[in-house]
Amino acid sequence: MANFFTDNADIQFQFNRMDLREVVALKEGDFAEGRQYPYAPASYDDAMDGYRRILDLVGGICGDVIAPRAAEVDLEGAQYHDGVVTYAKGTQEAMKALSGADLMGFTLPRRYGGLNMPTIMYVAAIEMVSRADAALMTIFGLQDIAETINSFASEEQKQRYLPRFCTGEVTGAMVLTEPDAGSDLQAVRLKAYQDEKGVWRMNGVKRFITNGCGDVLLVLARSEEGTKDGRGLSMFICEKGPKVYIRRIEDKLGIHGSPTCEIHFRDAEGELVGQRRRGLTRYVMSLMNGARVGIAAQGQGIAEAAYRDALAYAVDRVQFGKAIIDMAQVSDLLVDMKVGVETGRSLLYETARVVDLCQGYEHLAETVERSDPRAREIKEKAALYRKQAAILTPMSKYYCCEMGLRVTSAAIQVLGGSGYMRDYNLERYYRDARITTIYEGTTELQAVAILAGLQGEALAEWFAARAAQKREGEIALLAALVQQMQQRLADGVAFVKKEGHPDYTDLMGKRLSDMACWAVIGYLLLEEASASPHKRIIAEKFIRDAAIRTVAHYTAITSGNDIVLREYKTLLGPDLPKA
Amino acid sequence: MPYDCIVIAKQVPDTKNVTGKAMKDDGTVNRAALPAIFNPEDLNALEMALDIRDRFGGSVTVVTMGPPAACELLRDALYRGADRVILLTDRRFAAADTLATSYALSCAIRKIGKFDLIIGGRQAIDGDTAQVGPQTAEKLHLNQVTYVEKVQDIRDGRIEILRSIDGGYEVVRGRLPILLTVTGTANEPRPPRAKRLLQFRHHTCPAEITNRIRKQLEARGREPSEAEMAEAVNPVLTEAVKQDRMLTVWDADAVGADHDKIGGRGSPTKVKKIESVVFKGRDLKWIEANDEGAKGLVRELVTEHILG
Repeated sequence: MANFFTDNADIQFQFNRMDLREVVALKEGDFAEGRQYPYAPASYDDAMDGYRRILDLVGGICGDVIAPRAAEVDLEGAQYHDGVVTYAKGTQEAMKALSGADLMGFTLPRRYGGLNMPTIMYVAAIEMVSRADAALMTIFGLQDIAETINSFASEEQKQRYLPRFCTGEVTGAMVLTEPDAGSDLQAVRLKAYQDEKGVWRMNGVKRFITNGCGDVLLVLARSEEGTKDGRGLSMFICEKGPKVYIRRIEDKLGIHGSPTCEIHFRDAEGELVGQRRRGLTRYVMSLMNGARVGIAAQGQGIAEAAYRDALAYAVDRVQFGKAIIDMAQVSDLLVDMKVGVETGRSLLYETARVVDLCQGYEHLAETVERSDPRAREIKEKAALYRKQAAILTPMSKYYCCEMGLRVTSAAIQVLGGSGYMRDYNLERYYRDARITTIYEGTTELQAVAILAGLQGEALAEWFAARAAQKREGEIALLAALVQQMQQRLADGVAFVKKEGHPDYTDLMGKRLSDMACWAVIGYLLLEEASASPHKRIIAEKFIRDAAIRTVAHYTAITSGNDIVLREYKTLLGPDLPKA
Repeated sequence: MPYDCIVIAKQVPDTKNVTGKAMKDDGTVNRAALPAIFNPEDLNALEMALDIRDRFGGSVTVVTMGPPAACELLRDALYRGADRVILLTDRRFAAADTLATSYALSCAIRKIGKFDLIIGGRQAIDGDTAQVGPQTAEKLHLNQVTYVEKVQDIRDGRIEILRSIDGGYEVVRGRLPILLTVTGTANEPRPPRAKRLLQFRHHTCPAEITNRIRKQLEARGREPSEAEMAEAVNPVLTEAVKQDRMLTVWDADAVGADHDKIGGRGSPTKVKKIESVVFKGRDLKWIEANDEGAKGLVRELVTEHILG
């Protein structure tokens, strides 16, 4: 009877101190849905109680159903035979449990059969599922596909597709990548054309499609003949069928339970979602942002799993007459993991909260009457949270996924030789975590997005609200360090801006991203520190370390050292293949 | 053809996750120290009933006998899909052994009236007797099959069952109505459904409300007066009734139970002595599976004063 919600003191801490009044008000309005749906909440407290129970339910399924099957799923993997993909047995059983428990329409509105849960709860659920089986996350955690249909498709399309997602009858895939269009989605070539009856059809190849064998595909395709950039791309819904042929699945390093498909579209029928030409610029961007928060939660969950196993091992393992946890280097590794896991969660939950506010106010802004006295305020809030979500989302993915890599690697180090063996789960966590910094936008692309946000001062209001708070005693000392970190971040951004050299800015992107994450987390920890003695010590450890690293990064940035830009070819020297 | 199932279930202390002081000084279970859970094999019984309903249609009614806190088990049953739940509760039911329990359950089942199957777990993890199912069947003059692994088919008033036996399985057939007891390997109980969980989480009974409010008031450091209790309980009770959130509760009179046959009074079982036994022996002794082996074993048990 394991429960990944109740056994996690940090998730409990985060949940208990959440103030989601604004989010719940946006999700539930005046709680009118209770009249129509017996499972809708009647008040804020009732909504929070419901959220807690749903997470408890997810935690139980993760502990009792999903986690015990994960090793077997990894070994068996998804299978491909003659155009047909079959999930591993454990994957099928886990999906049956999740859909049987009504959990596949987590965030969708009740009128389509969903639970109408906020993103912050979905993120908590994805983290738990990923801790149990990272590969399963790519099915459970891809509900953004349905969410995209909900946001942009017509009412008729929504009614046709969304209820089937909610019951678990169908799963989806986001079909974007092609052999020559990876990070650069503007280069997508898959052709969409209208046949003589005006029906849209698609022709071409998509590659590296996570769960591409899913039933409902959201396909990015070139609908405007002769165009070359993102403005010629539209989004289509395409159902699985004989003209959507899965040619192969990839043999991968990790997430073996998740089939990565190559899809051949052979004049396959599709239907347009929303408007033409807005496929990439509007819909995919929205889809990706949702998915990025999901992948951040995946990195977070894998890190949690690895940290726990490493800690348990370090307590039991005796060498040189004592438990290895009591050896300085090992305890340092473990503390670094623990701080990484808890800070990742703080950033992730804050991001999800802002995303909820952003979606809520955007939705309100679309429906509010011009004459409504609140109209202006709603529009301003929508713009503010949109700006903040646009930077916090890549920050979460950047931080949590890189943290996941570091933690899974360190966990193997704690176990030593045993960690390298398949007898333990650590090597699986390590392999599974490896994809998280690549798909849904690489770490490098997240840094580009973070930089864009920093240059547009996207966090100005967020920082200002927190810097203004009065703090006392030791927390005030830590607060002073965080303010310094924030100042150095601003100075660093100003420096590259002044330099005005795009390549140099790009080169410094990760350093500035680190600094941004550390400053934001620093403020979050100051708030948490006043609520718990454990968080106070976590805050002290994290902020002191981050302050030192911030100085190092700042020094590097303002040094103007651009040797890599100037000399990379000389540095790589004799190894460069002849052109 | 649809079938109506009654599931008999018990809330038990979680003996698999023992924490703190699980045993009292007198060697009995300290129920207060252990979390109360749905008896695991009763969950298998519920799953079997839900599966029968999925396959053939019909209904699933869950009955439990226990204190008001057993409402939690009934809510859980609702979350997982039960159509109707009944709490059999009365102070006069307390301290019942298996005989008194099966009598009380049989009274409740008679009151329910129409049913095709009664399904229970093989045994409860607190008593481990495996007697309540069979005794209930006897009291209701029903056919019974124990150790059920699978219901293969139900057709024309007959049921075909895969039954677990030593070293294998046997297939048996019986006529409805029938009582089945189910093993823990029979199936994997489905998880609660989120929507039903949200819908039924506030369902309760008057005694549970009273107990909860009494605890809250006691937390202030003194015994609440009757007037204080009434003042606190009544609005909650009224609201629960108004919202249609009341679980069905039957007491001894509601099921027409003979007061001499229930609870401690109706329980001939007397605990003579409880010993804390620590297993030390490591030797295994094989007894041949024939008459001679069996006779030898019985002889030995009698000589050792374990039997007779």
